[in-house]
Amino acid sequence: MNKFNYTRSQLILLVALRVAIGWHLMYEGVVKIFQPTWSSYGYLMDSKGWFSGLFQSMAANPAVLNVVDFLNVWGLTLIGFAMITGLFSRLAKIGAMVMLLFYFIAHPPLMMADYIFPGEGSYLWVNKNLVELLAVAVLFVFPTGHIIGIDRLINNFRKK
Amino acid sequence: MEENNLNTDNNDNKKGIGRRDVLKSLATLPVAGALLYGAFRKKQLEHYKHSELLKTLSLDSGPVEAPSITEKRNGDTSTLRVGIIGTGGRGLYLMRSLGFIQPKWIDEWTESAKLNKQDNRVEIYRQMEDLNVAITGICDVFSVHRDAGLEASTNIYRTGTNGKRGEPAKVYKSYKELIAADDIDAVVIATPDHWHAQMIIDAAKAGKHIYAEKPLSLTVEETYAIERAVKENNVVFQLGHQNRQIESHLKAREVIKKNILGKITLVETFTNRNSPWGAWVYDIHPEATPGNIDWKQFLGSAPDHPFSAERFFRWRCWWDYSTGLTGDLFTHEYDVINQVLDVGIPDSAAASGGVYYWKDGREVPDVLHVSYEFQKLQMNLLYSATLANSQHRKKTFFGHDAYMELDNDLMVYADRDSTRFKTAIEDGVIPTHSPMITHVPGRGSIDAISSPTEQYFAQRGLLYTYRGGQQVDTAHLHIKEWINGIRHGSPVSCGIKESVDEAITAHLGTVSYRNQKKVFWDRDKKEIVFG
Repeated sequence: MNKFNYTRSQLILLVALRVAIGWHLMYEGVVKIFQPTWSSYGYLMDSKGWFSGLFQSMAANPAVLNVVDFLNVWGLTLIGFAMITGLFSRLAKIGAMVMLLFYFIAHPPLMMADYIFPGEGSYLWVNKNLVELLAVAVLFVFPTGHIIGIDRLINNFRKK
Repeated sequence: MEENNLNTDNNDNKKGIGRRDVLKSLATLPVAGALLYGAFRKKQLEHYKHSELLKTLSLDSGPVEAPSITEKRNGDTSTLRVGIIGTGGRGLYLMRSLGFIQPKWIDEWTESAKLNKQDNRVEIYRQMEDLNVAITGICDVFSVHRDAGLEASTNIYRTGTNGKRGEPAKVYKSYKELIAADDIDAVVIATPDHWHAQMIIDAAKAGKHIYAEKPLSLTVEETYAIERAVKENNVVFQLGHQNRQIESHLKAREVIKKNILGKITLVETFTNRNSPWGAWVYDIHPEATPGNIDWKQFLGSAPDHPFSAERFFRWRCWWDYSTGLTGDLFTHEYDVINQVLDVGIPDSAAASGGVYYWKDGREVPDVLHVSYEFQKLQMNLLYSATLANSQHRKKTFFGHDAYMELDNDLMVYADRDSTRFKTAIEDGVIPTHSPMITHVPGRGSIDAISSPTEQYFAQRGLLYTYRGGQQVDTAHLHIKEWINGIRHGSPVSCGIKESVDEAITAHLGTVSYRNQKKVFWDRDKKEIVFG
């Protein structure tokens, strides 16, 4: 069933990358849990580019905003946890890519876009969200959860 | 590199689940545990620092005790009959805050909301509390303004152009007839400044309660004549400094009361504007003619002058009708300082400035600095204004231990050389690179204000404030306080004492500027004297 033959260093680095991205996402979620007044409102309202209308209308509707906030906080936390522990790896990585894609298209680093809260670096067209998204995509095609991760246990159970 | 096949489940391909499987499965789980531990410790540390900070400052972190906007009182609930004197821009705005809006505004806001989903002004306006008021009389010397006021007075259902209407107010040719009417209990005065004193005095003598626009007066004599009339006739008087209702100002008072800033020696306050409108170059109405403006009534006790549409619409540019920066804009700033610090009337003023940019024939300066001394408080107040640059500067209170920036929000920064906070700064409990206290009104609630003009005012708290997380119009709150004063005898926040403080302080600045001399306040004689 396994078609991946990693060397030791390949495996270590792929797992390290997975855990690091998982850590990043999970901590972003956890700090928001600790801060009940957090809302994605400002971020969505500050949206620029092709989809800004969509994101701003999400923010303008309090009911939708509540759902977006909830999905953000718990999505980040659970996806992050799943990536760290290698649980439901495929699903977690798809979730991570969807979330990162949303972050990217909500604040694309366009030439003329000027954000209220500028990022901590200098970007044109490519930013850290896109890099992280691509890194998750790489992990998606080079999975490790079934080797180092809870998915390994699940797979073994299934096999039985 | 070794080609060691670590791969996968096949490696331990025995029956059941081996020990290695379990180890490899759970190898990264401790990382999640480490994250949670780290996050928790970090949170704990922040909490500790925060509580230490509050302890050091003896500051309650709870919200400001501001009256709820939905408060209902028992007692007299009969409709208050109000007359509006002056239905130009400001008069119409105050009518709007009373609950009587021109239908065209509802139309405009409704249209704007269709294009911009963030625009919820119609909704907010319709939710504004009904003050149980009827507009029973209006008067204005310009027929176009009068008609606009009349139309607004009928809009009891707060609808757009095609909506249902109520009874119109009675139109009076002069304010004297209006204040003599029996079916008027109270008046709102929103006329040019040179009319304020006479109108307030006459209304008080007629037993009408008064809400008057700032500034109170043009001279010291007028100021004390107003004070006498209001006190002798026992009417409820409120001056239109709606800043009194701003949440961050109430919070600033708390900060001062708890002596967080230490000894305050300097307060700086500012006006920056950079547009024709901001410099009082208002539009001249295209329909304005000597035929539909009662020019003689407009002039009143002001020096005679041939009809001038420019003077009629841009009256703030001339000493005959206004005191320019000191009366129109410094009074707002001063009243906040007086609200927060109870400074009262200063001992002296020294002003300088000139007409440097708006060379349009105006008399009042467009750049002005006034330095006020408060001997008893051992403090200076500096007012710095320009109408030719729009950089926004925040009111700042400088104390030995900290300084406070005050606006619609509030920030307090510790001074790195503070005596009181020395240990706390060294221990890292008090930051010096970021504010140690912040207060953002309506935090947690969501709102967005669309036009730049509104943003300008909102930033200065002149448009909206928050009560219970809800956005409300400060003029509405200020008028409501006045109405509660009339109905229930509750105190008003900008009554006659505060108004006299405001007026005399502004006049000290004006007299100093016009005479190019430092001037002093003689508290016994109640007059301005030259040193």
